[in-house]
Amino acid sequence: MNPTNYLYLSAILFSIGAVGVVVRRNAIVVFMCIELMLNAANLAFVTFANMTGNLQGQVMAFFTMVVAACEVVVGLAIIVTIYRSRRSASVDDASLLSR
Amino acid sequence: MGFTAPVLEYSALAPMLVIFAAAVIGVIVEAFTSAKLRPSLQLAIALGAVILSFTQVITLRGTTTTTVAMESVVVDGPVLFLQGTILVLAFLGLLLIADFEQFAAQASAIPGSPEEEVATKTGKVQTEIYPLTLFAVGGMMLFPAASDLITLFVALEVLSLPLYLMAGLSRRRRLLSQEAALKYFLLGAYSSAFFLFGSAFLYGFAGKVSFQGIHNVITSGPGNDVFLLIGLAAISVGLLFKVGAVPFHAWTPDVYQGAPTAVTAFMAAATKVAAFGAALRIYYTAVSGAVWSWRPLLIVIAIITMIVGSLIAISQRDVKRMLAYSSIAHTGFLITGILALNQSGITATLFYLATYGLTTMGAFALVSLVRDASGEVTDLNRWVGLARRSPQLALIFSLFLLSFAGIPLTAGFIGKFSIFSAAYENGAISVVVVGVLASAIAAFFYIRVIVMMFFAEPGSDSVSVIIPSRYTMSVIWVAAIVTLLMGVFPGPLLDLIGSLSTLVR
Repeated sequence: MNPTNYLYLSAILFSIGAVGVVVRRNAIVVFMCIELMLNAANLAFVTFANMTGNLQGQVMAFFTMVVAACEVVVGLAIIVTIYRSRRSASVDDASLLSR
Repeated sequence: MGFTAPVLEYSALAPMLVIFAAAVIGVIVEAFTSAKLRPSLQLAIALGAVILSFTQVITLRGTTTTTVAMESVVVDGPVLFLQGTILVLAFLGLLLIADFEQFAAQASAIPGSPEEEVATKTGKVQTEIYPLTLFAVGGMMLFPAASDLITLFVALEVLSLPLYLMAGLSRRRRLLSQEAALKYFLLGAYSSAFFLFGSAFLYGFAGKVSFQGIHNVITSGPGNDVFLLIGLAAISVGLLFKVGAVPFHAWTPDVYQGAPTAVTAFMAAATKVAAFGAALRIYYTAVSGAVWSWRPLLIVIAIITMIVGSLIAISQRDVKRMLAYSSIAHTGFLITGILALNQSGITATLFYLATYGLTTMGAFALVSLVRDASGEVTDLNRWVGLARRSPQLALIFSLFLLSFAGIPLTAGFIGKFSIFSAAYENGAISVVVVGVLASAIAAFFYIRVIVMMFFAEPGSDSVSVIIPSRYTMSVIWVAAIVTLLMGVFPGPLLDLIGSLSTLVR
């Protein structure tokens, strides 16, 4: 199969994630959209590794997974703390600043 | 297939290794020592590590090794200078963090809950802020030194993730602080995703992740220009977000206002140094062959960043937000330094970063001293007549503001002058003209604050200036003296930077 198709898929996934971050209101869903974007980038890396025939892209994909896991730890910690003090995880409710 | 172990040049990596090791030790100390001992022990470890790392940077000066760790890290003049700057800022930032009890006793406790009250009263205070700071410092030191996309991305995350958490640790105004952390995290992660997607396409373009490889393919090799353009655009979004350039600046005022002031000081100063260091390396070495594609874009961004930052700062009624918008305007000036694309551009940017970082640190440290019964007062209206209460502090704050404005005899003037002249040399005249105009607009609101402090009667709701211990005052004095000294005798520092400012590919 033509590897370019995977690039199109990666671009579509990335766009879904990027649009989702902007239009969704729940912090957890926003965060999941960001994870989708990271995974889209990973797919692009692996596809390019296949196309160019060296392994650096695949190594990068592993690093991205580790970093994404760390980001989940930090992100969920922040979202859960804010949920516990506000009883809401909506990004619209968090608007005390910027006035 | 045999496995070849990577060669690591430990001596060249020592400054970063010391910091990371101390951060890990800090985590262990946090887990196993008594609550009474912890604050002083953690501070001692952190400061000791920063000093040790700084001595390593000094000994590395004039080193001949350039690419280390299998060509994934570069140790050259600008990197050493930036690492030294970041370490100095980290040292001052740690002093600020140690001074006030401005961090939540337990970050996980619900604000206002009984368990939080108990933790505060019994002094069972968590001190995870110190290891977090050290991890951030380690990431910041690696970021400008990275010479391939993998290291660059990992360094970006290592510097960002602790900062997201640190922004949410404030003891007072917890909700604001947590909101700042949430905004910083979501927008920061969003921009990292763009950065990573851009890295993927740059890799797809060049077939290599090293900057050297990307440079070679751009100048000579065959490559798909579409991949190059997508990659460049997405990576630039990520970098411009980190430095807070318009239109990716929305997080800056909120995070600067909501985060504990000591964290804001450290973050505002050191992140900018690290991110512009990395931007210099990417734009000057990796993608310098494709200058036709990114320079017009950066010119536009520099212009709107300078104008928007200066204009919105005028209408701010909060000191921290005003400083945040002023930092956005300064981002525009620094991008001008990148646009210069010549040797004097590098020298000017490095000088500007060092002096601007110190001045910012001093300004935020000073903001943390102006208080009333409920904590810091950042409302500008209540700063009216501050000079009556504390002429010394009002005078020093005026010095910082004049330096931000770029008035002669302060470091800010030398920085702006060298950046604009470097950009002018390379024909970026439109940016220079806008930059000078934006400086004039900015001078208006800086001087308005000075007039408010000195020539207005204080209102009835008084604020007081609290000097907690020597730490914060010494930070402020160091920043003030450097700001003045670098304005009057910039020669030695400029010479030092000049001798160091060759970027190695």
